[in-house]
Amino acid sequence: MNFDPRFSGRQFASVGTRPIRPDGVDKVTGRARYGADFNMAGQLVGRILRSPHAHAVIKSIDTSKAEKLAGVKAVITAKDLPDLTDGDAAMYDILDNCMARKKALYDGHAVAAVAAIDARIARQALKLIEVEYEVLPHVTDVDEAAHHHAPLINDQVFTEGLEEKPAKPSNVTKRTQFGHGDVHAGFAKADFIVERSFKTEQTHQGYIEPHACVASVNPDGTADLWVCTQGHFVYRQHCAQLLGMEASKLRVTSSEIGGGFGGKTHVWAEPVALALSRKAGRPVKLVMTRDEVFRASGPTSATSIDVKIGASKDGTITAAEATLRYSCGPYAGSWAEIGAMTAFACYKLENVKTVGYEVLVNRPKTAAYRAPSAPMAAFAVESAVDELAHELGMDAVDFRIKNAAQEGTRASYGPVYGPIGIGPTLEAVKHHPHMKAPLKANQGRGMACGFWFNFGGQTCTDLNIGMDGSVSLAVGTVDVGGSRASLSLVAAEELGIDYSHVKAIVADTSSLGYNDMTDGSRGTFSSSMATISAARNAIKILRERAAQTWDIPVEDVHWEKGHAIAKGEKYGNLSPLSLKEIAAASGKTGGPIAGHSELVADGAGVSFATHICDVEVDPETGSTRVIRYTVVQDAGKAVHPTYVEGQYQGGAAQGIGWALNEEYIYGKDGRLQNAGFLDYRIPVCSDLPMIDTQILEIPNPNHPYGVRGVGETSIVPPLAAIANAVSNAVGVRMTHIPMSPPRILAALDAEREG
Amino acid sequence: MAGVAVSTTINGDAVEYLCQPDETLLEVLRDRLGLTGAKEGCGTGDCGACSVIVDGRLVCSCLVLGAEAEGRKVETIEGMAHGDQLHPLQQKFLEHAALQCGICTPGFLIAAKDLLAKNPSPTEEEIRFGLAGNLCRCTGYDKIVRAVQDAAEVMKGA
Repeated sequence: MNFDPRFSGRQFASVGTRPIRPDGVDKVTGRARYGADFNMAGQLVGRILRSPHAHAVIKSIDTSKAEKLAGVKAVITAKDLPDLTDGDAAMYDILDNCMARKKALYDGHAVAAVAAIDARIARQALKLIEVEYEVLPHVTDVDEAAHHHAPLINDQVFTEGLEEKPAKPSNVTKRTQFGHGDVHAGFAKADFIVERSFKTEQTHQGYIEPHACVASVNPDGTADLWVCTQGHFVYRQHCAQLLGMEASKLRVTSSEIGGGFGGKTHVWAEPVALALSRKAGRPVKLVMTRDEVFRASGPTSATSIDVKIGASKDGTITAAEATLRYSCGPYAGSWAEIGAMTAFACYKLENVKTVGYEVLVNRPKTAAYRAPSAPMAAFAVESAVDELAHELGMDAVDFRIKNAAQEGTRASYGPVYGPIGIGPTLEAVKHHPHMKAPLKANQGRGMACGFWFNFGGQTCTDLNIGMDGSVSLAVGTVDVGGSRASLSLVAAEELGIDYSHVKAIVADTSSLGYNDMTDGSRGTFSSSMATISAARNAIKILRERAAQTWDIPVEDVHWEKGHAIAKGEKYGNLSPLSLKEIAAASGKTGGPIAGHSELVADGAGVSFATHICDVEVDPETGSTRVIRYTVVQDAGKAVHPTYVEGQYQGGAAQGIGWALNEEYIYGKDGRLQNAGFLDYRIPVCSDLPMIDTQILEIPNPNHPYGVRGVGETSIVPPLAAIANAVSNAVGVRMTHIPMSPPRILAALDAEREG
Repeated sequence: MAGVAVSTTINGDAVEYLCQPDETLLEVLRDRLGLTGAKEGCGTGDCGACSVIVDGRLVCSCLVLGAEAEGRKVETIEGMAHGDQLHPLQQKFLEHAALQCGICTPGFLIAAKDLLAKNPSPTEEEIRFGLAGNLCRCTGYDKIVRAVQDAAEVMKGA
């Protein structure tokens, strides 16, 4: 029976309730095992030597002194990770990022690694490795790097996406364009036009758990990897390819994950740990320090964005245009492309054009950060939209409602929308009491909208029914924030049993088929679809067993509320058989009962949010406090509403940090100056107010329960909402994120000086 | 390097260990004693994930030397529940979903326990400043603050 993923309205018994998560007790008692909490017999400590230079040729590496140090069991360089990528440019970049081959491309780029019997000896050994560098000119700023005079990071890069292949190499790897209509004609019809340029600085996901793994390569070529990751199947593929192994020989177990937000979607240290283990012949534990996490994992892009929006007097947007430059680190990426796709996705536009430029810089390789690339584009667009509303003399919410995309709108990035939530979130905000609350001196209110695609992807799930009638659910999407609870609810719902009888786990790569990683807000969306499918397959078997027991045709057996029911008056004397009863007899009726599911979860419903924010700005210090914050977002269907609220609140809090304080600060020497939580300050408890949430449920037509991903959209509006609030509070348009006290004071000074 | 012999009390039990003079209490707890509930998020005292209580004082165990535990009483997350009876803070963290990834949770629970021991009826502001030494990147702190408020009510009634 083919699985039908279409939405069908139903009354829920389990979905929508708020039980305690199955992994909760382990996490409040300290028993949950994260990346660094696992150990193996004979385990060594791995450490990585990193380049102090932003851009340098590696002329030679002498490891002989380190190798002679007592207690050192292996030293590796790029030579120990030979190029097996076979022309796959993206994999080559991953390899080069794991261990620099010819050039160090950023401060923190790995150049060598050691494995020793303890951390102290490993640290000593790093100091004995002699690397001869030829320091090259570097560039860390996105606009400077895009300039044709900038130092070239890779002389093999010629900008793609231009009409003609350029004659000279460039740091701009790719140009992309989206849109429809004729923006020139649209601007000609406009009565008001706002045109502005914006910048955002680079931020880090800031997960509290540093990257950590234990790698063990056996003499027979098999290997185990314990690792904190958002996608252990992807890590297996990448590590196996880079190490020259068969994927099935490498068993990857995902530990509990201490935050990822997109930052644990790429391998960095794991291939190095495996190479060290292979060379040393012993297990190797490799844990990044916080300094390494900042310098050498994958922060988000720094951006520079120009926006132009025009509207007629009646408030209709006639044309919208944006040019977006996103830093990628030293390797090609598609970050500006995503920004260009999302920039105007909230609006119904006749004429729209966005152009993205991917820019190489001497900074760590950009990685995904929660709705990657969308918050910066939304900051620029939603700031300009607010300004345009002001020029038109229209309320900022009404102006957005008038131009909001709706079902049937052709999105600026191409597709035609199905049922979507942008209009309803705006209407909810318009009528929210927050919008009417009075403000005091130096306070301002802002609002902004945000969009995220959401993703589905390859998903595989096993559902096994024990002889006692309890259910083991094995999923392959890493649980980053409560999905084992939501997926247990879904299994309970579909089978018609109580949540307490379901236990969900995340299976390792040898126990389950391939799963894409937990990204794109897909964890609950895709694995719930696979869980529903697996449960329906199990129910089919349960019905067959009941039919067999009763000796009636299976077509006459229905499944209702956890019981097989014989339908038809002729079966009037047959009592329903519970799942538990059928399971207890399974040994005599055909053996274990299970449901499996392998699918590509298409149809992830797009997601929209609108946020409201009140700030108070101290005009003397430029310091800003968020004093009230409200998130309104469409969840499709909130499976576990408490964890949906948690996603809304967490994304908002990260956005607040990004908007007001967080940024990578590079010195003229190209070195990161704030690689720690003291100087890269993320919001603490006393920085924030309660974050109010309102969940809207506009069912996703492509999911049986109407579920949409909820994890990422919440970080898209905050930069703009807070910038609009600050601009309203101080009377000056803020165009540079983060709006740290010096930037706000500078903006106020500039305004005073006219 | 000669080890330092340390006799201390951890979660009520007498414990003896040898450690290096420059080894932190966090390293001793995690790597020598197998008490991995305290986490290293930064190693510089900025994140609070390694919070423990030493002689009634809340500290980052990454900033305390293992040798400094000599003769003291150390409380860690592993000692917070009594048998199968969770501490009210642990129970309320579960009920309020005050954790997502959970890596910061042991540190928050220890810090909140210390806070409520010193101030059984904290205001929201006192909770927020009392927990300002602990970083959480998932929750936005909203549900953590509510869980501590709720636990304080329960503990007052106990």
